[in-house]
Amino acid sequence: MVSSIYDAASASDTIWVYLEHESGEFEGVSLQLLSKGRQLADQLGWKLAGILMGRQPDALAKQAIAFGVDEVWMGVHQLLESFTIEAYTKVFYEAVLEGKPSVLLLGATPNGRDLAGRLAVRLRTGLNADCTGLEIESESGVLISQVSGFGGGILALIEMGLHRPQMATVRSGVFDAPDANNTRSGVVIEIPISLKEDELNTKVLEKVTGGGVDLSQAQVILAGGRGVEGDFEMLAELADLLPRAEVGATRPPVDEGFIERERQIGQTGVVCSPRVAVCCGISGAFHFIVGVEKADVVIAINSDPKAEIFQHADYCIVGDVNEILPKITACLRTSLEVADA
Amino acid sequence: MPELHSVVCVKVVPKSEEIRVDPKRMVLVREDVRSEINPPDMNALEIALRLKDRFGGAVSILSMGPTSFVPFLKVGAAMGADHIYLLSDRDFAGADTLATTYTLALGIRKLGKVNLVFCGEESADGATGQVPAGLAEWLDIGQLSMLTEIDIDTVNSSARGRREIGGGYEILEVGMPCVVSVQTACNEPRFMDYDRKSWAFDDSRVTLWNAEDLDAAPELIGIHGSPTIVSGLAEAAVRERRREFIEGTSEEIAKQVSEILRQNLT
Repeated sequence: MVSSIYDAASASDTIWVYLEHESGEFEGVSLQLLSKGRQLADQLGWKLAGILMGRQPDALAKQAIAFGVDEVWMGVHQLLESFTIEAYTKVFYEAVLEGKPSVLLLGATPNGRDLAGRLAVRLRTGLNADCTGLEIESESGVLISQVSGFGGGILALIEMGLHRPQMATVRSGVFDAPDANNTRSGVVIEIPISLKEDELNTKVLEKVTGGGVDLSQAQVILAGGRGVEGDFEMLAELADLLPRAEVGATRPPVDEGFIERERQIGQTGVVCSPRVAVCCGISGAFHFIVGVEKADVVIAINSDPKAEIFQHADYCIVGDVNEILPKITACLRTSLEVADA
Repeated sequence: MPELHSVVCVKVVPKSEEIRVDPKRMVLVREDVRSEINPPDMNALEIALRLKDRFGGAVSILSMGPTSFVPFLKVGAAMGADHIYLLSDRDFAGADTLATTYTLALGIRKLGKVNLVFCGEESADGATGQVPAGLAEWLDIGQLSMLTEIDIDTVNSSARGRREIGGGYEILEVGMPCVVSVQTACNEPRFMDYDRKSWAFDDSRVTLWNAEDLDAAPELIGIHGSPTIVSGLAEAAVRERRREFIEGTSEEIAKQVSEILRQNLT
């Protein structure tokens, strides 16, 4: 049997969360993992730590403490300014060997997945990807990751015996974000770093960010499936009328290039928790339903009265979304104007 | 630079739309389900074949699984790949990401000179998306992930690609050899070339390697090499909804829905 670099007996009673950040702000999923991590740590009487890397991440370290970590493992170096897989994996790996966490959680972002995949091999440990639930058995400290299976409707519970750290990645929106509490205290542990430019195989030649959306924070979701036939503009018009509303999609329109990937909802996209989700021309496959499960109210519009989506909706409308949705938009616009006047 | 050699890692998966769940036994019903090359891997194959069209060289298909995969893999040869390598051994069964990436890495090493290792973004059945990174780690080489476009510099032996990141994109360059994962649906995979078909479907296109051929460490393959275990299955709790149908003319429906929207926002 393959053995991990360190095992359960030598692991510390800590949960680590990878603190990913961009332009001075944490990724939503990193914060969400802190709230879940805090809850699990409190249940077990363990410590929660965050690992933070960058060129000058000091301000973020303070924030991480306010968001619930007991320790921030901080890697500071100019070669950590942009994410490169070689530098980040090396610093991360060395910190893990020092801190020996029992559990290591990362957001399933593009870089989070790459880091997780590399680290799991380097540490010879197991990795559960895209988990929809995490629990730890109090007595054994074994992490039980819940993963929705292929075909849907079935959850697989995955665990590992003595391998440490027990690694898992989670999509944005699966857990709720924590509230900041500036009176919390924590310690910052600086990770000793030896990095040289020639260790980096990757060069970032160009990077354009900004304008990104985080659907997990939206109050209203207007989601389109195959039935909207690529006309996401129609959904955007209604979204423009509503506060904190965002347009989302099922996987097929994303794959067909009608809409950005970061707007994909579901098991391999974002899990949303809006007040209202309007599902337009969506059949209701299980891996999509997972993404609107946390909505307070689901409204579905589909031309097929037998569509699965109606099993998962509070309000069901049988009809052509391309005809009905513009009418809803017009109707809402009128009533908002009346209310304004 | 000598001839470009690309390897495309391919998985054969049951067609997702044909999989059903047996609600009583809580298992996936795979009988009578047809298989296909994992659709995201077809995008990876297409990107490799386009490089071959431009720069020449060879494209090898690498897969792990039972010999029943062979007919599906031959489709890739008919599309333009030169040879198929299937890693097949009972002892490879039950592999999770760690064991799978170890085994595939052994196959790539055995191929000798390889410039580029292409993978689909994720598999349709496992959907963990962790194979490309794990493979790069075992091979100790660079990686470019979730690319939509790739170009190579044959003088400096480097690969350059574009990937989408939250609300933008980045262009990365990495020295070859490297692992490249390709964003699903970023291209339109070509059809089989029917002139190539009888050549491609000949058994001499296929090389089978078992654990002994790869000189694989027994503790690192299959179940023994897999830290994770499925400890249980549960039915996903589905939230009960009102399931109230709103009927009437489309104007009446629109009025009611806009009212529901307003009520839930104030």
